[in-house]
Amino acid sequence: MKSRLWLATVLMALCSVQVSPAFSAATPATVTVASKNFTESVILGEMLRLLAKHSGAKAVHRRQLGGTRVLWNALLSGMIDAYPEYTGTLLQEIMVKENVHSDAQLRAALAKHGLRMTRPLGFNNTYAIGVKTTLAKRLGLRTISDLRRHPELVFGFSNEFMDRADGWPGLQRRYALPQRKVRGLDHDLAYRGIEAGTLQVTDLYATDAEITYYQLRALTDDLHYFPVYNAVILYRADLQQRAPAVVALFKRLADHIDAAAMSAMNARVKIDGESETAVAADFLDKHLDLDVDYRLQGAWQRFRQHTAEHLILVAISLSAAIIIAVPLGILAAFRPRLGQLVLATTSILQTIPSLALFVFMIPLLGIGAPPAIFALFLYSLLPIVRNTYAGLKDIPPAVIESARALGLPPGARLRIVELPLATRAILAGIKTSAVLNVGTATLSALIGAGGYGQPILTGIRLDDIGLILQGAVPAAVLALLVQGLFELVERGLLPKGLRIQTNKARSLE
Amino acid sequence: MLELANISKRYGKAQALAHCELRVPAGETVVLIGPSGCGKSTLLRLIAGLIQADSGTIVFAGETLTQGNILRARHRMGYVIQEGGLFPHLSVHDNVIVMARYLRRDTAWIANRITELAQLVRLPLELMTRYPAELSGGQRQRVSLMRALMLDPELLLLDEPLGALDPMIRYELQQELKVIFRQLGKSVVMVTHDIAEAAYFGHTLVLMRSGRIVQRGSFKDLARSPAEPFVEQFITAQRDPLEQLAEALK
Repeated sequence: MKSRLWLATVLMALCSVQVSPAFSAATPATVTVASKNFTESVILGEMLRLLAKHSGAKAVHRRQLGGTRVLWNALLSGMIDAYPEYTGTLLQEIMVKENVHSDAQLRAALAKHGLRMTRPLGFNNTYAIGVKTTLAKRLGLRTISDLRRHPELVFGFSNEFMDRADGWPGLQRRYALPQRKVRGLDHDLAYRGIEAGTLQVTDLYATDAEITYYQLRALTDDLHYFPVYNAVILYRADLQQRAPAVVALFKRLADHIDAAAMSAMNARVKIDGESETAVAADFLDKHLDLDVDYRLQGAWQRFRQHTAEHLILVAISLSAAIIIAVPLGILAAFRPRLGQLVLATTSILQTIPSLALFVFMIPLLGIGAPPAIFALFLYSLLPIVRNTYAGLKDIPPAVIESARALGLPPGARLRIVELPLATRAILAGIKTSAVLNVGTATLSALIGAGGYGQPILTGIRLDDIGLILQGAVPAAVLALLVQGLFELVERGLLPKGLRIQTNKARSLE
Repeated sequence: MLELANISKRYGKAQALAHCELRVPAGETVVLIGPSGCGKSTLLRLIAGLIQADSGTIVFAGETLTQGNILRARHRMGYVIQEGGLFPHLSVHDNVIVMARYLRRDTAWIANRITELAQLVRLPLELMTRYPAELSGGQRQRVSLMRALMLDPELLLLDEPLGALDPMIRYELQQELKVIFRQLGKSVVMVTHDIAEAAYFGHTLVLMRSGRIVQRGSFKDLARSPAEPFVEQFITAQRDPLEQLAEALK
């Protein structure tokens, strides 16, 4: 009972710290945008943030918040106001059961959810068939149909594209392609093969950075074989009332970004290593003639921000876990039946894969720090509960008997005898929890809570080991520091008599 | 001082104690003796209220012991167990005064009492700052006795207090304990399985077997007029080896 009250208090404290910006209607309007887990989405998200900021609103961009479902739900619940999406994704994944086919139907379906979308931004990020630009010029290739005239070309497709019914087999049938030399291989190898000239045609996404890098041409799908994945901006209908200027700017993006421009921007980030912010701002300046002001965070500033975020996640979740888990462990030790329940429950919590636990929290607590802290809190319980329980249970019966025979009441026995004797075990549990917590907290970035996981996530997206290390190394160092901190605490808290015992035992060995 | 009437206790199917009657007059030492598992320790733990009897009553200093008054009653009983049961995380000093401090006794009184008791059990005062892990077995039992005597109890309960000590130290402590008991004039209930030790300490010996009291009386009574053959067997079993030794020395 008491513990549940504690939990409620902790949660309330957390929520009051970080009220979701989308709920506050104060002026200036706060606009929260988000992006999916890949570079193109992050660049578009940055454009949205810069546009919103340009109109005078307070703008937040939750980078790489997750996959389609996570963003869709976040948009529905109002945790975010807008994000870049593709019409094909909406039709194939979100509204697959709603019998939606045309753009007009799609708009109507979105309206029912209280959502709107802009007109297409100008590029269709679907599967495409690519050839070297030089080759295309030489052979006069513009459309996929043009390939029919060149049966000697060697095709190399990604394994996935080879296998899918809507991949190569369907494409071959639709266009009646005569080529015999068709291989399945890894996507990266395909690009290298093209570069080396061992194959001439491959599948790609219409805006892949590699199109620019390897100087490829995406052939036009003149028979409309591939589904259309037009990029649009999806936003909440209420944003129109709350921040009309922002929506007006969002709408100006429509028809301004073609596939080549998007591919070039992807390449500048993925291949040249420019920041998404700079690339997005540059585009707005050149194509919409908007002089958005932006500030790039330096590496040191980013590091400080991630450290602060990570420390807050760990400090709050671990403190709450200690406050709750130690009493739970005591309860478990003295009330055997309740104890089994407590131990079983915390054990089950531990078996939930950490990634899943984080995602489970989204419907309950939204995105950002509160769900991450709560998930970390749940994750930190078991080692502390179990060690507290074991520490109390391991006290020799003769000692407990003596304490009882002296006439110490149960509360005094716990305070004067039992807890001090269990100190080492309890602290060991806390240490385990702390190290686990620091490591697991890197996953918080997946649900928009930042921390050292953010550079790791970005590093994975950009295939940049250096960036991954910028998150992984500090996380490891922090784990060691936290462990060291608790060693110091142990030195202060462990009763002297117990240290003597250990030393003696050691010298006897 | 202490009166147990018709005490019975079972653990599941096993009858640990059956209809035990016991009287400990003020200032007397009663020794509970018998083979392992005969119920002598159970009886002692019942008196301290560490376990509850299924039936029967215990009257201590004119009051029937209940769950309600047992905590207060324990302050008037000193309890020493085989391994001493000292708190390993507390110094000797803190072990001895833990209860007095909890009851907020006057610090001057506490300091005075420590000096007195250290003298009584022949422990140098320098030892008071040590921890149990730094003491010998005999020293630990002396500290345990100090702790039991701290609040000046009317009754001492000793559960094989010398059982874990080697024979030389055991002999030495036996001598001292007897002097201490005589000096203090307290009622003592002691549990042992050693007939010589029982004879040495006890005004009254209470021989038990399988949860029943077989015979009570002085060692002479037990040896001369055993109530049943078991009494004779129990005494002979421990006396014979000694007599053989004495024989060999002649």
